[in-house]
Parts: sequence; structure tokens; C-alpha cells
Amino acid sequence: MDAPDVTKSLCQRRGYTYTFLSDPNAEVIRRYDVLHPGAGMKGHDIARPAEFLVDSSGTVRWVNLTNDFRVRARPEQMIQAVKALQ
Amino acid sequence: MKEHRNWFLWAGFLVAVAGFASYFLFFARFPSTRDIPWLNLLFFLVAALLLIVGLRRAFARESSYRGRVSGPILAVLSTAILMFFCFGVFVESRELPPSTDAPRVGQKAPPFSLPDTSGREESLSELLSSPIADGSPAGHTPKGVLLVFYRGYW
Repeated sequence: MDAPDVTKSLCQRRGYTYTFLSDPNAEVIRRYDVLHPGAGMKGHDIARPAEFLVDSSGTVRWVNLTNDFRVRARPEQMIQAVKALQ
Repeated sequence: MKEHRNWFLWAGFLVAVAGFASYFLFFARFPSTRDIPWLNLLFFLVAALLLIVGLRRAFARESSYRGRVSGPILAVLSTAILMFFCFGVFVESRELPPSTDAPRVGQKAPPFSLPDTSGREESLSELLSSPIADGSPAGHTPKGVLLVFYRGYW
């Protein structure tokens, strides 16, 4: 939801090198039905934590929709899902 | 008879406060202590034991310890803190929308096009087809894309 310049400074501070996209109007968040209305700071809409693994044909192969926003996918889980794509 | 300060009561209360605050300020940073808040629940267990000892001392028949008023108050406050904590980590964090239309395994991922950190628009199809630079002349096409909806908040 943050604008590109906000995420840019986050990536620089944290050293993230992966592609980080901005969805300030929650358009894609809505398209993927992961909007969490009013749950953000000051009542803003944000996304629920969600991960989708899409293969080269554009098909979804793995979905992680946590039922508790404190519990999110750990790196090992995501790496395992990616390895299973081979 | 001079009455002794009942430090068990105060220690119990402070441990309860620390149990609550330390989760949000520190232990929530690590999945091993965040996902199941076992460490902070231990804090509350220690707090309960300290308060129980403190209350027994205060209310013992020939007690020389203070705390017949402060003890129950601190115990109630500590219980309230524990309930607040449990509500936050066991109830509120599960309040999520149903997301029934979220793409499922086997469905086509909805297309999108969004700006990256330098403002350049990137689309899902581009991300899936653009070769990854890996040193070889043409690079190799990605096997897939992992979409992470990064909720930078509780």
C-alpha cells in the first residue's frame, strides 16, 4: 500500500534486492481478495498476510492464507514451496 | 508489630507488565516466540506464582506482611493484563476477512501491473517471462513468481 518512494527507502535500509511493487490503491490486493478493511494504522485498509506461488504458465501452485495475522509464512516454507515447483 | 513490605506482590505485578510489554516490543520479532507466545505466557505464569505467594503472606493469620489492600488490587490488574494479552494474541489476530475469492491452487493468477521502487511498471506476465540474469548469455526464464502480500503491520 505504500508508495514506491516509501518502499524504496525501506528496501535500501534493509538491503532487499527482490522486486518490491507498490499497490497504493489496493487494486491488486482487491483483485486477489486479500483486502483487510480498516485493519491498518488509523483505520486504513491493508492486506491480510498472503503468499501465492505462480508457475511460469501463470497458474497458482501454492497458497498460504494464514488464519492469524501474527503467524506468517516463514522463509523455509516459501523456499520449500518453490523447490516443489521443479 | 512492624509490617514487612510484601515484595512478592509487586514483583508479580511487574512481571505481568513485563510479560505483556516484552511481547510487543521484543519477542514478537522472532517467529519462534511470536507464533505461539509460550515465552510470554511463562512470564504470566511466574507472575501468578509470585502474586499467589504474596497474597498468602498478606492474608496469613499472623501475618507480618503488608498487602491486604494492594495485593488484591495488583492481582486484579495483573489478571486484566493477562486477559488483554490473550485477547490480542488469540482472538484479535484471527479476525481476518474470509477472502473466498482469493486465487486457489490450479487457478490462473489474476494479472496485474504495478510500479516498482523506481516507479517502473512491472506486470505479472513480464515477471514470469523476463530472463533472470545468472551469468549465462541469455539468462534463464523464471520457473515462477512468488507473490508476497507484505502487510507491514500487525
